[in-house]
Amino acid sequence: MTDRAKVWGVHLLVLAALFAAQFLLPSYHVTNLARIMVLAVFAMGYNIAFGYTGLLSLGHALFFAAGMYGMGLPVWHLEWLSLPALIAGLLAGGAMAGVVGLLALRTAGVSFMIVTLMFAQAGYLTLLYLNSWTGGDEGFVVARSGRVLLGFDLATDTPRFMAAFVLFAAGLLLCLWLVRSPFGRVMVAMRENEERSRMLGYDPFRVKLTALILSGLYAGAAGAAYGMLFGYVGATFATIQYSILPMLYVLLGGAGTVLGPFLGALLMFYLIDITSGYTDAYLFVVGAALVGLVLFAPKGILGTLRERALRWLP
Amino acid sequence: MSFGPFLLLAVLEGTVMAAVLALTAVGLSLVFGVMRVVNVAHGEFYMLGAVLAWFITYYLPFPPALAWLAALIIAPLIVAMIAALADTLVLKRLNYDPEATIVATIGLLYMLQQAALTFYGSDARPVVAPFQWRIQLPWFGYSGYKLFVVLAAVVILAAVWLFMTRTKVGLVMRATQVDRDTAQAFGINVDRVYAGTFALGGALAAAAAVLIVPIQQAHYLMGHDPLLLSFIVVIIGGLGSIRGTLVAALVIGLSDGVISMFFSPTLAKIIATLLVALVLVFRPQGLFGARA
Amino acid sequence: MAAVIEAKGLTRHFGGLRAVDGVDFSLEHGEIHGLIGPNGAGKTTFVSLLSGRIPVQSGVITLNGEDITHLPAHLRVRKGVAYTFQITSVYPRLSVFDNVALAAQSRGAADVPAEVARALAQVGLTGLDLSIAGTLSYGHQRLLEVAMGLALRPSVLILDEPTQGLASGEIDGFKALIRSLVPQTTILLIEHNMDVVMDLADRITVLNFGQVLAVGTPDEIRRNRAVQDAYLGGDHAAG
Repeated sequence: MTDRAKVWGVHLLVLAALFAAQFLLPSYHVTNLARIMVLAVFAMGYNIAFGYTGLLSLGHALFFAAGMYGMGLPVWHLEWLSLPALIAGLLAGGAMAGVVGLLALRTAGVSFMIVTLMFAQAGYLTLLYLNSWTGGDEGFVVARSGRVLLGFDLATDTPRFMAAFVLFAAGLLLCLWLVRSPFGRVMVAMRENEERSRMLGYDPFRVKLTALILSGLYAGAAGAAYGMLFGYVGATFATIQYSILPMLYVLLGGAGTVLGPFLGALLMFYLIDITSGYTDAYLFVVGAALVGLVLFAPKGILGTLRERALRWLP
Repeated sequence: MSFGPFLLLAVLEGTVMAAVLALTAVGLSLVFGVMRVVNVAHGEFYMLGAVLAWFITYYLPFPPALAWLAALIIAPLIVAMIAALADTLVLKRLNYDPEATIVATIGLLYMLQQAALTFYGSDARPVVAPFQWRIQLPWFGYSGYKLFVVLAAVVILAAVWLFMTRTKVGLVMRATQVDRDTAQAFGINVDRVYAGTFALGGALAAAAAVLIVPIQQAHYLMGHDPLLLSFIVVIIGGLGSIRGTLVAALVIGLSDGVISMFFSPTLAKIIATLLVALVLVFRPQGLFGARA
Repeated sequence: MAAVIEAKGLTRHFGGLRAVDGVDFSLEHGEIHGLIGPNGAGKTTFVSLLSGRIPVQSGVITLNGEDITHLPAHLRVRKGVAYTFQITSVYPRLSVFDNVALAAQSRGAADVPAEVARALAQVGLTGLDLSIAGTLSYGHQRLLEVAMGLALRPSVLILDEPTQGLASGEIDGFKALIRSLVPQTTILLIEHNMDVVMDLADRITVLNFGQVLAVGTPDEIRRNRAVQDAYLGGDHAAG
């Protein structure tokens, strides 16, 4: 089998298995899986910036929240329907990433991390400050009219799962195509050696900004979908915690691998779900996972697997 | 109350805030200066100091003043040990890679927070102040303890200053800051210097918390704001520069105290965080030194 | 012959150090031009100014008559000025194919795989496409670096110490390669190995203390007393 066939085979198989899961699993897990798929889209976006382009951001919660409020606010204040609201959320994520990128990408490394962290913090505080518009700390429930997409009621199990699945499948295939495209190669080149890439004729600022905007579009789409599928928009989703989560998923699953973000989200979600049955020390699990990963497995599960055995894995 | 006394009150509150902030931020600044590590768990060292102070004053059968004094000594020592342990077990093994250490200290943050939640609980609890007298001004009475906090912070900072400039250990730390490799070549045990610096940074945050905990209550999430404010202070003051950190702490502490009295504290924080981001973007050379 | 690149009064000081100090220089179309000088003479700084890696303090650089003094480095590459690094600077974790493909696709090559194959064949690395660049021998990494330069199909190729670390057999192959590139490509060659320069170059510019000491054919440079005093005597014996 050629590498190309293997690559498509594996990814389509994962999608088929997920599609089948809704008929095989009990409803509790189907809802979980819908949540995981949306969070995985967020993490895929994070992976485009961090895993492939080398941009370690601590501010992705801002893009996720931009998508969520970009969808939720028009539904609340302007009584938009779900489809335009969803698109507004997607674009809001990309636009926010563009604005942040224009400034933050003048820095690199540790400065970039702190600048993105500060912008995200300012965004979170702004949501609190404008509480008459945003609902502040308490957030708001997404109106019923904003949760009916193309005639399907997203508050019910099957349409919700299918909507999450379609978004996830589109995100996954797009990501697969992107990282195997010429531009994907340039993103990796930027991560590996920026100065060399410049002397091959690439503008580092433009490449990184494009990658960050793509990343923001993913985060925006995920944020909008999360608000719409689960019916709630709130400032918690703009806290630093939601910048750390996608980083954790990506580090666990494998930075710079297409399936890594999903695998990381799946494992982390159930790790927390299962441990919370025994103890409520879920923060400890997150913390220990972060420390353990940077110490012992900085390449994550699929990154290690690729290094050891499956060199063709994108 | 008319405007003048109101402003005086704001300035007094701001000074207390600045004093505690200076202690916390100098700890963060020292760690970045010597080790080039951005310690995201710094706020948790502060929180641990406050929580430990509660445990110590609650369980020691001493009068309040003595119990609090014991906390001021014991809590920073325990936090210093935890910090040294974290350095040896985690940061050292990452070879102090800047990005990996940030991720690791984020992990540390969550672990410490959870530890506090599990063993201390989610309640906010007060610590009895070592003494209770108030200073009666013509317009209002003011807590004598708060003024004592300012004094204590100045004394501790002066001690740190003397330690860094007048002792051999301080000299070794500064040598390591300037050039790690050369220091190593001259036989300085860099590992020990780093562990010691990290411990000292943690101890300073803990000491600040013990000072503040009779005024604010101990809570497992209380490390968030000091972390953010310390970041702001250290970046605006110039990372690694202790003098810059002190000046910035005074400016930020005072203005935060004054602005918060007259405007929404949320708005003040928004402006401060944006300011930090823009300073890093447009004036990095003065802030990250030659490295950025 | 017309000048491809022309520099007038090019200057760059670092603090008190006059790394490049008022250099006039012209690279004629289709020539192999050697750039030599003792260590610290300003050679690397000078080509860094030409390629845009370091901003110019004063002076003017033109490319085919167009002022490119303040053009960013990546746009100069797009205009056909390629630079290969002195310290090997391939992407060690990417495959040989990806390394060269990054160069080929940068100028919008229609058939990237064919371009990669062609560039690898030129430097004699055919068949190593799928190797990870970092696992190649040092000599092969130098050749890969040159292949990346070639895949850009530049009109001017600046080679910074290309033969450093090559075995003598590899050097002969390298000289043949460079000769095969002209006159379509103009070559600017910084080289320590005097035999290589004297053998390959049509003209040589000698830099000393950031200034031009002499320009001429290899024979003229050999005979030039100032050059001998400043440089050739000691260094030639050593090199």
